[in-house]
Amino acid sequence: MELVYGHPKSLVSVQSKYCPGCGHGVIHRLICEAIDELGVQDRSVIMNPVGCSIWADLYFDFDSVQAPHGRTPAAATGVKRMLPDHLVVCYQGDGDLAAIGTAEIVHAANRGEHFTGIFVNNAIYGMTGGQMAPTTLVGQKATTAPYGRDPVDAGMGYPIQVCELLATLGGTRYLARGAVNTPANVRKTKQYIKKAFEAQLRGEGFGLVEILSPCPTNWQMKPGEANEWLEQNMMPYYKLGEIKNTLEEAAK
Amino acid sequence: MANKGKPEIDRERCKGCHLCIRACPTKVLAPDDEPNSWGYYPAKAVALDKCIACGNCYAVCPDVAITVYKL
Amino acid sequence: MADEKRLMKGNEAIGEAAVRAGCRAYFGYPITPQNELTAYMAKHMLDKKRTFIQAESETSAINMVFGAAATGARAMTSSSSPGISLKQEGISYACGADLPMVIVNVARSGPGLGGISPGQADYFQSTRGGGHGDYFHIVLAPKSVQEAADLTYKAFDLADKWRMPVMILADGLIGQMMEGVVFPPARDPESLPKKAWAAGNRGARKENNHVTSINLVPLELEALVKARFERYAEIKKAEVAYEEVNVDKADLILVGYGTSSRVALGALEMAKAEGLELGLFRPISLWPFPEKRIAELAAKGKKFLAVEMSMGQMVEDVRLAANGKGEVHFYGRCGGVIPSEEEVLAEAKRLLGK
Repeated sequence: MELVYGHPKSLVSVQSKYCPGCGHGVIHRLICEAIDELGVQDRSVIMNPVGCSIWADLYFDFDSVQAPHGRTPAAATGVKRMLPDHLVVCYQGDGDLAAIGTAEIVHAANRGEHFTGIFVNNAIYGMTGGQMAPTTLVGQKATTAPYGRDPVDAGMGYPIQVCELLATLGGTRYLARGAVNTPANVRKTKQYIKKAFEAQLRGEGFGLVEILSPCPTNWQMKPGEANEWLEQNMMPYYKLGEIKNTLEEAAK
Repeated sequence: MANKGKPEIDRERCKGCHLCIRACPTKVLAPDDEPNSWGYYPAKAVALDKCIACGNCYAVCPDVAITVYKL
Repeated sequence: MADEKRLMKGNEAIGEAAVRAGCRAYFGYPITPQNELTAYMAKHMLDKKRTFIQAESETSAINMVFGAAATGARAMTSSSSPGISLKQEGISYACGADLPMVIVNVARSGPGLGGISPGQADYFQSTRGGGHGDYFHIVLAPKSVQEAADLTYKAFDLADKWRMPVMILADGLIGQMMEGVVFPPARDPESLPKKAWAAGNRGARKENNHVTSINLVPLELEALVKARFERYAEIKKAEVAYEEVNVDKADLILVGYGTSSRVALGALEMAKAEGLELGLFRPISLWPFPEKRIAELAAKGKKFLAVEMSMGQMVEDVRLAANGKGEVHFYGRCGGVIPSEEEVLAEAKRLLGK
């Protein structure tokens, strides 16, 4: 018997606090697979945000820095500027990145900072129990949008397409959007993550991978249904693929 | 198709999300009748001879509860 | 070069001292009256190929400091009153994660947007832990350009020693005025001690370092906070700093820090010329506050006149320390008005029944 797919070395082998079917588990694993393949576990640093993935430091077997809500890219800037030869992973959810932290991600991206952004987009606030997120879809229900997100009468705004927003900034080089709802999408997402990490290690910035992820608990669906819902509702609006790639020719 | 692979599921690590069952192209997996100590009903290999070691189950498992071997 | 006396603006002297102390990263945002400090750091940090970022906000800046400090690097930010308000969450996090850093507040008048003239109404914010939660950090108040430089240089050492933010609480007058200053020699950042608790640069380290302030287990969090307060108790023993003039002879002691202390000293000298003995007690460490010495003087029946550019903040610490002994009075101006020596002397005389 030959082992084909096993537990990544840089991922802590412990049951996680994440809900059954949560996308964080898959994304954590993909990050660790890439780190193992690149052989950089001993010089990796994870920035764990506020949100469900506050717990990320329990699951990544390397150093971590936990910053105030939304400020993760600012703290990541400080870390990466001091540790330029380390792999710095700035892991954020949709509240951390696109609500309270909008200024920080825009300006870190615009400065072309060399850490890699991992943006987990599950169109809802998870940890705090299901409030509307900047990426919640029009008509989608949340505890703070009980009748569905309504941009017209209730002035609740429109869902933000982060990769496209950041693509306008001079400092951005690689912006990709993946999803973890099917094995094929999981594998593509892994490629995007690894490409972004390789760019960072080569000294190219700014790179970010947005990943559409299910939140079965707060969407109030079973995990299988949640992945269906993601495909039918999120993917038409949040297009998958490399949204921007102006990396050096050889790396493209 | 010749049996090429074998998935091993860590019952206690599994949270019973059953995404692996959904992802398996040859229907190797199904929910177990017996819950684990957390109260989850883990996935279970019920048709091992059908496994082709494609790794789809591993790819979608959020808990890395599955190890896949090639025979 | 290290010991030539230079004529410099306070803001710039603070910058030069920070660079010499081995500051590796400065993150700031423009705000009056400290912009010369940010500009000085831009030039000199870039010249020395260290890190300078004009951040998108004061909030971002303190969080950049947080990240840099988490790796063990000497990092600093500066701002003025409204911008310091923006930093309070970051400061609370830094104290909760036991991170060393230096924060300079060149205070102005408030509240709100207020004015750009000097103020001392950030005393509560600085010494009471202006952010949320149980914490304190060292606060040092210079009275001159020389002292601003000396205390900034020292702040980095204190921050590293005690694993906490150290704040330099200056005001717009000190930031803007020009005086002679002599600087200590520059430290090579590479020669500074490494920090075993920092993220990154693991070397042979087996355990992961997690820089964080979260703990959801109440008994554990309580134990962490109590351990931190034991450290605070040691700081109170080791880092109190103050200056006194003529406190033994005088019946009335003027109490003031920073710019107010210079005004008070002027009043003291005017009084002396008239044959009246006044004293001056100048706290240099606002936290830890020199409560023991105030208590000793109060026990001798001294009268205190706290002089502040505020509606009365430091005076509360004087009252607490005096603990019902002696007498504690207050004279203040606010809105950016600096009290005059004549006003202070007049109030002192009034209290002495002269």
